[in-house]
Amino acid sequence: MIRFENVGLRYGMGPEILRDISLHIPERSFQFLSGPSGAGKTTLLRLLFMSLKPTRGLITIFGKDRSRISRSELPHLRRRIGVVFQDFRLLDHMTTYENVALPLRVRGREEASYRTDVTELLKWVGLGERMHVLPPVLSGGEKQRAAIARALIEQPEILLADEPTGNVDPPLARRLLRLFIELNRLGTAVVIATHDLGLMEQVDARRMILAGGRLDVYD
Amino acid sequence: MTELSAEHLHEQPAEMAGPVQRVQRKMAPIVPAQNIAGRALVLVIAIMTFLSCLTFGAVTLVRDTASVWENQISREATIQIKPVEGLDMEAALAQASQIAGEFPGVKETKIIDRDATARLLEPWLGSGLNIDELPVPRLVVVTIDENNPPDFAAMRAAITPKLPSAALDDHRTWVDRLVAMARTTVTIGIAVLALMLSATVLTVVFATRGAMAGNGHIIEVLHFVGAEARFIAREFRWHFLVTGMKGAAAGGAAAILVFIVFSWWSSRNMATPQADQATALFGNFAIGSAGYLGVGLMVLVIGALTAATSHATVVTYLSDIDIRQPDAG
Repeated sequence: MIRFENVGLRYGMGPEILRDISLHIPERSFQFLSGPSGAGKTTLLRLLFMSLKPTRGLITIFGKDRSRISRSELPHLRRRIGVVFQDFRLLDHMTTYENVALPLRVRGREEASYRTDVTELLKWVGLGERMHVLPPVLSGGEKQRAAIARALIEQPEILLADEPTGNVDPPLARRLLRLFIELNRLGTAVVIATHDLGLMEQVDARRMILAGGRLDVYD
Repeated sequence: MTELSAEHLHEQPAEMAGPVQRVQRKMAPIVPAQNIAGRALVLVIAIMTFLSCLTFGAVTLVRDTASVWENQISREATIQIKPVEGLDMEAALAQASQIAGEFPGVKETKIIDRDATARLLEPWLGSGLNIDELPVPRLVVVTIDENNPPDFAAMRAAITPKLPSAALDDHRTWVDRLVAMARTTVTIGIAVLALMLSATVLTVVFATRGAMAGNGHIIEVLHFVGAEARFIAREFRWHFLVTGMKGAAAGGAAAILVFIVFSWWSSRNMATPQADQATALFGNFAIGSAGYLGVGLMVLVIGALTAATSHATVVTYLSDIDIRQPDAG
């Protein structure tokens, strides 16, 4: 589904942050992306999400060469990728329900056509009672689940989550992990960027470790 | 997500699961209605539109008044006959009136009779004046068709040989001076209006950009949830069009109100010395349909300008959004 071949990236004239990265993320796979802070996990996720272009190497996403994907094609391809940002990026003037429905709304869909789906998804992530609440009132864990629900609403083929358990206590982290596993069981590939070793030990999944700009994959 | 496992619900703690609530609330707008920067933008636009409209109205007023001055003076010419030895003044007046009346472009001629002449001189020479005792020049007022004025040189050439003491004054010197003054005033007014409009444009552009700065995170989120650039630009353009129109309409309405109040004051105080003075100088404080049309046009232009600025800001923001993203991990 996504393939990197000898990918390198540098910001401007600075040093190369990622060097010779080669990886393959198959469909329905589950993997952790780990490494020390500042190792480039978020940068790698941004390459996966096509919000950055590599300075060298080849990236193939959904069978397309990243360097040949035009700006106008990006929104359509991004809809096949769900992203959970580390800082949630919920819009404070919209309720939880409206935030989760946003990806569908920007596609011009009528609310009546997705109301049931959004409500069901919010219940699935445990926010059934909080769907009409504005984000500033939500706890860290609730914001995290709202961000996850927003990433899932379009039934993406792959979910990228950046430190999804960074702001929650261990029991909630375990529940979120169960949610990702359930999602993966239903057919979505999952990439979780984390440096929470405790979290990784709970699942027997592929681990991609970034260190010094290089990536080691442990199947 | 209809195929999501329902059993997962049961894994959630009891307080998390709850009855399905029907969503009947109207969806929040994608761009939030107003924040402090948005309200400040409306206020700035209202003030600048108000000042621009006042300037526009003032220029319209000066232009109309200048045109009235010019027309009123150029509507008349005067034949002045000086008394000389052996001249039959009444016959000379009649002859001058007849000669002038024969020219095409002359609507009417009117001899200022003895009593009227005495009244004209009364402020200087006092009442009870016997005009026959003094060598007072007499006047014939020639009313002219402004659209088809007579040939003054030919008229002068026709009158002077027959009446050597007669002089035709077509007020050209006064008209030329007034026209020059009026044109200068209008030119200065237009220059002031141009400066005012430039200041308005710049203020609106910078205030809009300021208001847009607080919306960067919304553009980012929309971008990352897969919204197309034209969708994002459209949402912001519409929001700022409405914001700009609100401010501009408020400013324009306030300016129109000022003109209506002045017009009302002017008509209410008609025939009082101060109102007559003001009317003589500035006309009747009515900006007319062109003025109101101008105010309406200004409201539309400022609304469009605000929308265009927000559009350009969104496009610029999106073009370098990926470069701007911080690298957290």
